[in-house]
Amino acid sequence: MLDQILQFVLTGITVGATYALVALGFSIIYNASDVVNFAQGEFVMIGAMSAIAMSAGENGLSPFLALPLAILLTIGVGIMLQRFAIAPAKGASVVTTIIITIGASIFLRGVALLLWGKDIFALPHFSGEQPIHIGNATLLPQNLWVMGGAALLVIGVHWFFNHTHQGKAILACSCNRTAAQLVGINVGKMMMIAYGLSAFLGAMAGLLVTPITFTSYDAGVMLGLKGFSAAILGGFGNPMGAVAGGVLLGLIESLSAGLISSGYKDAIGFIILLLVLFFRPSGLFGKATAERV
Amino acid sequence: MPCNEPLLSIENLSTRYGPIQALHQVSLEVNQGELVAMVGANGAGKTTLLHTVSGILPPSGGEITFDGQPITRMASHRIVGAGICHVPEGRQVFPPLSVDDNLRLGAHAVRGEKEWVESTLGEIYELFPILRERAKQTAGTLSGGQQQMLAIGRALLGRPRLLLLDEPSMGLAPLLVEEIFRVIQGLNERGVTILLVEQNARAALGIADRGYVLETGRVVLSASAEELLADEAVRKAYLGY
Repeated sequence: MLDQILQFVLTGITVGATYALVALGFSIIYNASDVVNFAQGEFVMIGAMSAIAMSAGENGLSPFLALPLAILLTIGVGIMLQRFAIAPAKGASVVTTIIITIGASIFLRGVALLLWGKDIFALPHFSGEQPIHIGNATLLPQNLWVMGGAALLVIGVHWFFNHTHQGKAILACSCNRTAAQLVGINVGKMMMIAYGLSAFLGAMAGLLVTPITFTSYDAGVMLGLKGFSAAILGGFGNPMGAVAGGVLLGLIESLSAGLISSGYKDAIGFIILLLVLFFRPSGLFGKATAERV
Repeated sequence: MPCNEPLLSIENLSTRYGPIQALHQVSLEVNQGELVAMVGANGAGKTTLLHTVSGILPPSGGEITFDGQPITRMASHRIVGAGICHVPEGRQVFPPLSVDDNLRLGAHAVRGEKEWVESTLGEIYELFPILRERAKQTAGTLSGGQQQMLAIGRALLGRPRLLLLDEPSMGLAPLLVEEIFRVIQGLNERGVTILLVEQNARAALGIADRGYVLETGRVVLSASAEELLADEAVRKAYLGY
């Protein structure tokens, strides 16, 4: 029993690490621009699918070229989303921008369907498929890649926002756009950096996890919803809360799938989300907001 | 004759919010080294004027020239880069960031010049010792007066050739108002050109060289500060005696 639980925990953390990256992308864009970007899951799909497409076939690129290109392509999509879909709707209400991002996600899914069809694809494991045994639980090397990669990215994002001028400038835009303009910050550029960074995190999540979970043109839908739930669970707009929420959601799903029923794992995740919203609307790690005027 | 040209020149500037016109053909000049006060009641258009100069609001007509360059439709970050720094109404600090971060963000446009930034940061901490004491605290925990100091310090780190001050006395206790105005006067004596917008006409005209009176979006009077302080109409409307 204990071995089983260890196994569920390891799986849960791996899945949760992916959710954490998606949730982190949600909170970065939300913090920078007050937009809830429902195309966040599509970044994950585009990162993975374009890497697969570029490395496929006999004339395919080597993974060392295809993966960085896929990341760049996804960052480009993120920046274009900001530039051509979000920026023109300046001053629109939250609901309007949500509709815009949902539209963008449907559009991106449609393009992926046209380009790559409905098949399910996988990326090769980064360093073999020889399982590692921990007690009676097993772990694939790719699981370690996911956990380690996600951890490094989270640390990197934390460092960017707390220790670089550029990161603090984005935070400044999010707390007072006019004041940020008045100190000479180019708000448009900061928005593009924020969207590019979120797209980068999505692409990385896709590349890391696709060897285990596979991907298809519509893989972003569920990942986007899970990332969104994780961000709410942790407290929307709190980046490190989003990460914790992601890992927690992964663990809840994995344990409920193993101990209760795998058919209900999504339902149990969402029920817990609803309970959190009922009893702690600001999320587990969210602070009640109060501003001094 | 470039030396006779004003540093900031505004000609027939109009700004509207949708159908409502907030500024009607406002013209004014600020010369190098001057401290110019713009006084007017609530809603006269003072903040609108400064926001238009800083590029936050687009003008519907007129010209703004800074140091001989037209800046009328320039993006706000380029206007700051040109040397116009703005201390906004109501302080507008970044509450969750530390005092030190707030100040350093003020140097966004000149952040490449690290030595200048560090030495100016030191000067600002000399000018406002309380800010040095609270450097690591978040700006949201400061009192109103301290936030005003922080907002002024933040603008000074942008290396202003022209400093725009919007209602620096707003909501402050009389003693603090005095201190803030002493600081403003001191900055001007050290060579910073200042356009000061105030409801507190007595305090503003008390330290200014020249003044303008703005009423419902129009400049209705412009004279030296002494003349305005002595003017019957100004005394009745703004000084209350």
